[in-house]
Amino acid sequence: MFKNRLSRLLTMITSVMFLGAASAQAQIEIQFWHAMGGELGQKLTELSERFNTTQKEFKIVPVYKGTYTETMTAAIAAFRAKQQPHIVQVFEVGTATMMSAKGAVYPVYQLMADQKEPFNPNSYLSAVVGYYSDSKGNILSLPFNSSTPVMYYNKEAFRKAGLNPDQPPATWPELEAAAKKLQAAGYVCGFTTAWPSWVQLENLSAIHDQPIATKANGFDGLDTVLQLNGDLQVRHIGKLAEWQKTKIFDYGGRQSNSAPKFYSGECTMYMNSSAAYAAVRANAKFEFGVGMLPYWPDVTQNPKNSIIGGATLWVLNGHPKEHYRGVAKFFSYLSSPEIQTEWHQFSGYVPITNKAYEITLEQGFYGKNPGTDVSIKQLTRGTPSQNSKGLRLGSFAQIRDIIENEIEAILSGKKTAKQGLDDAVRQSNDLLRQFERTNR
Amino acid sequence: MAEKRVTFKKSTIAWLLVAPQLAITLVFFIWPASQALYQSLWQEDAFGLNRDFVWFDNFSRLFDDPSYQHSLIVTIIFSLSTAATAICFALLLACKADKLMRGSQTYKTLLIWPYAIAPAVAGALWWFMFNPTVGILAYIARGLGYDWNHFLNGDDALILVILASAWKQISYNFLFFLAGLQSIPKSLIEAAAIDGASSTKRFWTIIFPLLSPTTFFLLVVNCVYAFFDTFAVIHATTRGGPSQATQTLIYKVYKDGVEGNDWSSAGAQSVVLMIIVCLLTVIQFRFIERRVHY
Repeated sequence: MFKNRLSRLLTMITSVMFLGAASAQAQIEIQFWHAMGGELGQKLTELSERFNTTQKEFKIVPVYKGTYTETMTAAIAAFRAKQQPHIVQVFEVGTATMMSAKGAVYPVYQLMADQKEPFNPNSYLSAVVGYYSDSKGNILSLPFNSSTPVMYYNKEAFRKAGLNPDQPPATWPELEAAAKKLQAAGYVCGFTTAWPSWVQLENLSAIHDQPIATKANGFDGLDTVLQLNGDLQVRHIGKLAEWQKTKIFDYGGRQSNSAPKFYSGECTMYMNSSAAYAAVRANAKFEFGVGMLPYWPDVTQNPKNSIIGGATLWVLNGHPKEHYRGVAKFFSYLSSPEIQTEWHQFSGYVPITNKAYEITLEQGFYGKNPGTDVSIKQLTRGTPSQNSKGLRLGSFAQIRDIIENEIEAILSGKKTAKQGLDDAVRQSNDLLRQFERTNR
Repeated sequence: MAEKRVTFKKSTIAWLLVAPQLAITLVFFIWPASQALYQSLWQEDAFGLNRDFVWFDNFSRLFDDPSYQHSLIVTIIFSLSTAATAICFALLLACKADKLMRGSQTYKTLLIWPYAIAPAVAGALWWFMFNPTVGILAYIARGLGYDWNHFLNGDDALILVILASAWKQISYNFLFFLAGLQSIPKSLIEAAAIDGASSTKRFWTIIFPLLSPTTFFLLVVNCVYAFFDTFAVIHATTRGGPSQATQTLIYKVYKDGVEGNDWSSAGAQSVVLMIIVCLLTVIQFRFIERRVHY
């Protein structure tokens, strides 16, 4: 309260001081908090600045707020203190939390309709749009940077082991056989993974058309129950634990901590986000290829689409009405095919609109950068089912933490796959019930 | 009697004089602490749009949570090991430095350096040296037949954070021990030496007991350090993992509050931490201090 008053006083003083200057530029500033560090952050600033030059009324002010978690927490804290930004970038894991915060968020479909800006959900990839729509098909936040896990592999190692470098293993049994050959050729470990829960459980389930949670993975209601302890998941994690012993699989930590194992040539295959492409290209001292995530052929012969990660832009309530016109204009600019194409080719995130994909295809980008189209092909294969549309679970940042705790316990041999996943489900369900209770 | 005691005729001046101290305590301790207490009785969503008064539900949820009990055990092991490691190494180094004739200044300065390093940097440094793929220490361990992997092995991870936390604290302890050693009268040690006491005997019967006030003070400070100041080390390295093996109580507050946006549970955890601190202080001063010779 005190801070509020103080800042208002300061604003008053400064506005009096700059009265002359202020009348010359009555620009409305739009705060945009994001989590894009390094080169991606610079690109985002550049895009915002270019938007600012297209018109005089609004000025987008992009502010880097740290990691995804830090950005979301900062925005929530700011909202509680009534100092919230207009736009905040939130990762997919925070989607359910944002959606339940009715009154705090201004749904994008409504914003665009209110401001009469063109906005067509059909122009987006269905795998992307499905993740961020409500049950009526309305898009609640603006898709911006989406990725999906793929498999990077060391082509030189494949050659050395007598494997076809242009044909990465498509199924898990093939991958196991290839890993054994690679180990026989002198490589320490077969494969490693980043983001264990996202890649080895959430995407595994989607690809094999198995549920992650009841109520259509949480899309149909808050009274959902986690189901990650099904036969497929127990078998798969059990297999990982078995492979860990002989280093066919070698665990390298959460997030992208396992990256050095692939870069150093210790592990020959590496599953991570398609957005890691630039990092892999910069760090791998060998020729590498990109393949789709493997599947279990006895569970499915027609693997489904994988699910996305990444972030969307959410609009927060509580600002004067005319500000939102600027937000809507900025969103139209960001979703234009040209900007989307540029962003996709620069970052390695998937092209989220069909148009951006077509343009990139026409420009021959995929021919020049082999493997960059694997992610979009994997995202768009087959017809999405209830199980492959994505997931919408409250407190999911904590649930993912619980899942990864249990995966680590299983891989280190402290628990069996069944025990560990059962425990993960039980603890997660407690959180889901609590989320249901506080978000009635 | 020549006792000097300042007395005030009017209590106003007295109150005015203590006011700054009171204000600081109120603003920086009582106010946030009462906020935590208040928050711990409510349950609300992240944005603070819905809230329910739930009495002590957050606390019962906490004590039923096996991961909370696990965190408590981890914290105890972590704090004791960190304090013990830091104190033992510092004492050893201080004894050696005390005996040094030449180059002792350089030696002392070098030993004090790590204290100037930020905890997060210290953590990152050890994290890198122990990295299973590229770290030099992990490489040596593998050469000795031990497959070091702090990404998967909880004990390895715990050893790593203990080492990183203790390493930083050694310099601090070293300074105090050195000062303590130098204040022990040389005549006492010489007398014992003339009586034929070996250097080990001299250490345990004369030096160590005379250092006990310093040791006690350092034990308190080190435990408090390990309890509350090691967040940065853990955050920069293991982030509480793998499988919660290095998740101390403080780190859990951060995880649930800041990462999980569960402010109610974080509030309850802070209250529990406050109670633990009070208990620790009472126990330390009541029972351990009695055995210390001043």
